[in-house]
Amino acid sequence: MGIEILGLPLMYYIAMVAKVLVAFVFVLLTVAYATYAERKIIGHMQVRLGPMRTGWHGLLQPIADGVKLFFKEEIVPSQASTFAFLIAPLIALIPAFITFAVIPFGGVIEVAGYKVPLQIAAYYDTTAGQVFDVNVGVLYILAMSSLGVYGIVLAGWASNSKYSLMGGLRASAQMISYELAAGLAIISVFMLSGTLSLSKIVELQSGFNGFEWYVFKQPLAAFMFFICSLAEINRTPFDLPEAETELVSGFCTEYSSMKYAMFFMAEYANMVTVCALTVTLFLGGWNGPFTAAMPLLGPVYFIAKVYFLMFVCMWIRATLPRYRYDQLMHLGWKVFIPVALINIVVTGIVGYFI
Amino acid sequence: MNPITPIINGMKITLKHMFMKPVTLQYPTERPKVSQRFRGLHGLKVSHSKAKCVACYLCPTVCPAKCITVEAGEDANHDKFASVYEIDMLRCIFCGYCVEACPVDALKMTGEFELANYNRQDFIYSKERLLEK
Repeated sequence: MGIEILGLPLMYYIAMVAKVLVAFVFVLLTVAYATYAERKIIGHMQVRLGPMRTGWHGLLQPIADGVKLFFKEEIVPSQASTFAFLIAPLIALIPAFITFAVIPFGGVIEVAGYKVPLQIAAYYDTTAGQVFDVNVGVLYILAMSSLGVYGIVLAGWASNSKYSLMGGLRASAQMISYELAAGLAIISVFMLSGTLSLSKIVELQSGFNGFEWYVFKQPLAAFMFFICSLAEINRTPFDLPEAETELVSGFCTEYSSMKYAMFFMAEYANMVTVCALTVTLFLGGWNGPFTAAMPLLGPVYFIAKVYFLMFVCMWIRATLPRYRYDQLMHLGWKVFIPVALINIVVTGIVGYFI
Repeated sequence: MNPITPIINGMKITLKHMFMKPVTLQYPTERPKVSQRFRGLHGLKVSHSKAKCVACYLCPTVCPAKCITVEAGEDANHDKFASVYEIDMLRCIFCGYCVEACPVDALKMTGEFELANYNRQDFIYSKERLLEK
């Protein structure tokens, strides 16, 4: 036998690290190419072409953008609170990426005789014969996604500019209103699943050849959760914190160079995470036909579903104009929260009698 | 009013537009087809390897932007011709009145629309540059 660490062979650790690296790099690439896809899709929806010049059909555009932003001048406003100003993009970016740790993107695969579950924060217990993951995965994601708003609020406040401050204020107000509705919407899922562990939730949706999705049992909750998530990550039509027409660029007005790029990466990473979470909770995660025979199909289904939802995000962005502030608050507090509460009650009553 | 239907209708429209052929012209590689009556850069017509212009001064007279400078000269056959014919493209409004006014049909407007230059002097097109190729 080779080297053992804590009773587990070295190969196991290598497989784990490889899994983390592959997942992380894949998310990063998705984030980079989400910007390209967004420009292309919105371009075609507006009967334009989108980027065409950098590489074949503009395929090198994200790289060109990255290089350009990297070489831009770093500007820290003289009146800004320097430390908070510098740390804000990181606070926005890191939670956006670490939320991915608990999302299962595939079943259990075998690497060199060891069973590796395709979920970053999980391990396969050979004696128990099942996957153990963070048993409060959803709570972790909700916690991390609410951490992300601190970056935006801090950016708005530390810039010492009125536009930034307005953006930060709007972000926090929006986040608080919609986090409630999103949280209430997924409670009805937990009432069905009885667990907060994401891999269990995916497992529970594996019936009917992998089509026993919660979206069929909870269509309203799925719809509300997706819309509230859009509002939480400041995507159009809820992009009030960075409303160009009103606030220049909102919280990132004073940011330049890579710090600005970090906010954008955070925004797109959040989009990936939110779509992945919606897929996991409502669209059956990595479930699909023939996953039992071919475990590697799991990630393929998962990626396809996530990309579809990301396409829907971009589609919504191409269609809808920005909501007015009072409409946003009305929608959050007077529509989504009561409907989510009623949904919980109805789920409870129906669940009691079935 | 039901707020969902308009959103769905809008989504339908955007999806439909996504499969339309984009109207974008990839400009430097793809050129626009300008219309026959497009009013671009002027051209002095040539007949028997000479400009047809007889320096009658009708075009500078009719020009609302006062951008045409003509000076008449006399050639070997004692015929009147334009020894100087200049159009200041920074002043020209491309109205085409000069072409309409010309009694000998010596002037036309071409489809040439790329009139950018680096110096202000270069915008004053001399007779040589205006002669049709």
